[in-house]
Amino acid sequence: MRGFLVLRVVAKLLMPFMLLFALYVQFHGDFSPGGGFQAGVIFAATVIFYALIFGLPAARQLVPEALVETMVALGVLVYAGVGVAGLLLGGNYLDYFVLAHSPVHGQERGIFWVEVGVAITVSGVMLKIFYMFAGRQRSAEDE
Amino acid sequence: MSVASHFSYWITILLMVAGLYIVIARGNLVKKLIGLSIFQTSVYLLYIAPGKLIGGTAPIISPAFKIYSNPLPHVLILTAIVVGVATLALGLALVVRIREAYGSIEEDEILAADRAGGDSE
Amino acid sequence: MTFAHLPALEVVVPLIAAPLTVLIRRSAPAWAIAAAACSFSFVAALLLAAEVAAHGPISYHLGSWAPPWGIEYRVDALSAFVLVLVSGMATVTVPYAWRSIAAELPRDQVYLFYTMFCLCLAGLLGMTITGDAFNLFVFMEIGSLSSYVLIALGRDRRAQYASYQYLVLGTIGATFYVIGIGILYLATGTLNIADLAQRLQHVENLRPVLAGLAFITVGVSLKLALYPLHLWLPNAYTYAPSAVTAFLAATATKVSVYVLLRFYFSVFGLHLVSVTLPMPEILLVLSIVAIVSASLVALYQTDLKRLFAYSSVAQIGYITLGMSLTSRAGLTASVVHLFNHGITKGALFLLLGGVALRAGRTGLDRVHGLGRAMPLTSLGIVIAGLSLIGVPGTAGFVSKWYLVLAAIEAGRWWLAAFVVATSLIAVAYVWRFVEAAYLSEPDERTPEPGEAPLAMLLPAWLLVAACVYFGFDTSYTVEAARRAALLLLGAAQ
Repeated sequence: MRGFLVLRVVAKLLMPFMLLFALYVQFHGDFSPGGGFQAGVIFAATVIFYALIFGLPAARQLVPEALVETMVALGVLVYAGVGVAGLLLGGNYLDYFVLAHSPVHGQERGIFWVEVGVAITVSGVMLKIFYMFAGRQRSAEDE
Repeated sequence: MSVASHFSYWITILLMVAGLYIVIARGNLVKKLIGLSIFQTSVYLLYIAPGKLIGGTAPIISPAFKIYSNPLPHVLILTAIVVGVATLALGLALVVRIREAYGSIEEDEILAADRAGGDSE
Repeated sequence: MTFAHLPALEVVVPLIAAPLTVLIRRSAPAWAIAAAACSFSFVAALLLAAEVAAHGPISYHLGSWAPPWGIEYRVDALSAFVLVLVSGMATVTVPYAWRSIAAELPRDQVYLFYTMFCLCLAGLLGMTITGDAFNLFVFMEIGSLSSYVLIALGRDRRAQYASYQYLVLGTIGATFYVIGIGILYLATGTLNIADLAQRLQHVENLRPVLAGLAFITVGVSLKLALYPLHLWLPNAYTYAPSAVTAFLAATATKVSVYVLLRFYFSVFGLHLVSVTLPMPEILLVLSIVAIVSASLVALYQTDLKRLFAYSSVAQIGYITLGMSLTSRAGLTASVVHLFNHGITKGALFLLLGGVALRAGRTGLDRVHGLGRAMPLTSLGIVIAGLSLIGVPGTAGFVSKWYLVLAAIEAGRWWLAAFVVATSLIAVAYVWRFVEAAYLSEPDERTPEPGEAPLAMLLPAWLLVAACVYFGFDTSYTVEAARRAALLLLGAAQ
């Protein structure tokens, strides 16, 4: 789609807002529908959108494969890490009550980091799936 | 106890049976996965629909509301949806690889290729 | 402090190990992480089992939310026993996989094998330890999805199709299970297994509960490969990499049996299962058909892996046969056989992995004169085969013995005779290996003399030794099984 100037310009204009919306959904998840899963998908959709307009190689440069794989693992570790943090602070596994001085704040803090983990992993997995399928199509056509 | 009052159950059963039928009756591997997804979708409905109380609101405690819908089914089904997505992605990935190995995604052709191939790898 | 948290760590450690192996991306450290995680789980399971034996069931509240609202991890006599089996098999398989997987997978994919292995282990352990019916579904899917991947790693292209078949059937099974749970949730309003059992006793309209029971039975039966629903198993076991076959054959179906036991006896209770519905009779018939038909099919296989895969279907029949007697003796036999068959099949498939490595494939035509080419491997297969038959002095004998006793106690002499008679079919199919390996001359397809690498032979022989050891010293297995049976029936009454 190299020739479509309008698409390319509009895409570049839209992308910051899409990323911003992903962040909004992520951080406003406490008060309204939203959260890590949705935010992660929106983030991944931004990159997929970029790949559709500028091609897969460009997207791979923007978010390299290695980074995507790291994200997949990192998010799970963040999530599990919150659980372990609860353990270390004297509670049970995944105990958010002990994460801050008051239980309510502890819950808020625990959920916040869990959602961060979810968002990282979900966007990583979505991108990984997209890269795998899209990349395979190309190599099959070459044969 | 009319048919209409159990509307969601009828839809659930319809989706369930339709999905299962597609899985069994279709030989195309992708269509089977579509059937599987429809089958799983019926479960989402089975859980979600009874969780809704008519006139109930989101379960955020506030003096203005007295009736709340049950939030638990939503949480459970969010998990089930993720599981469904993962299953579908894995299934499709397998189909891609089967297609590369066999050159076909029709069940009978694959079985025929296996029978003809015999012990050769 | 750590000891109190063992129930959570049991599952969480392999779960954390999985992303770590992805981050590292190299096979040797990934192997080390997986080995450490599996060993940790095994030690933790042993400690938990000892704790349960001494002080009774342990309940662990995840996130400090009290059940029935929060998710509860519950370790009792039965689940502790299954935990020991699953984590123990994983601990034996990982050292074996070091050489076996390196030979079967491209180098750059090896670390992903350990990721999937850790996830699969976490899923199976989670299914066993959780006290929450929906959480069980989630762990079931974690374990299943990773095992689909593990099976698809097989070199043969048929592995991919086998994995696809397993994916479709396994997902249908899990979805049936979750439909059943959904119906029970609608009827009782709870998902905690102990709470579910309590509330089910006060449910007046039994019809939805029975529908739930039916859905759960079919779903779990698909997962445990109960006779008419076993179609995915032979292909999956035949084409999966050796280490995967050994691990899954020893654990995956066993954990599903555990789930069925749990639901029949702890949740629904004996009255509902056996009086309101004729489940024991249905199980009895299916078990008998499974034993006879799968054993006969096994007789005619030309591939050893497939032969023993069909024998697995038959052996699962013995486990459900013990269940169908619904007596203390029957359940004891069932649980003992669950364990003994796990280690026996684990040993067999590990040894067959060695054959596959040296001979390229595991066809019966490849093992002519194997007794001379690979004496230790062949001897191991014969000993494990004897345990499969149930010859005195092996673990298999102990479980068959208790099964016969249970049948006699129930006044069903014909059933006792049937168990003994069908063991003869097992003699026949094990004999086919003996005939090929010891009584045939080596030909050009027999591998050159030389054993499998020590890293593969040692774990396999460890299990063979376990088969013999548990044939003589039954104090641990039978005692644990008896406590488990008491627990199941105690909850049912």
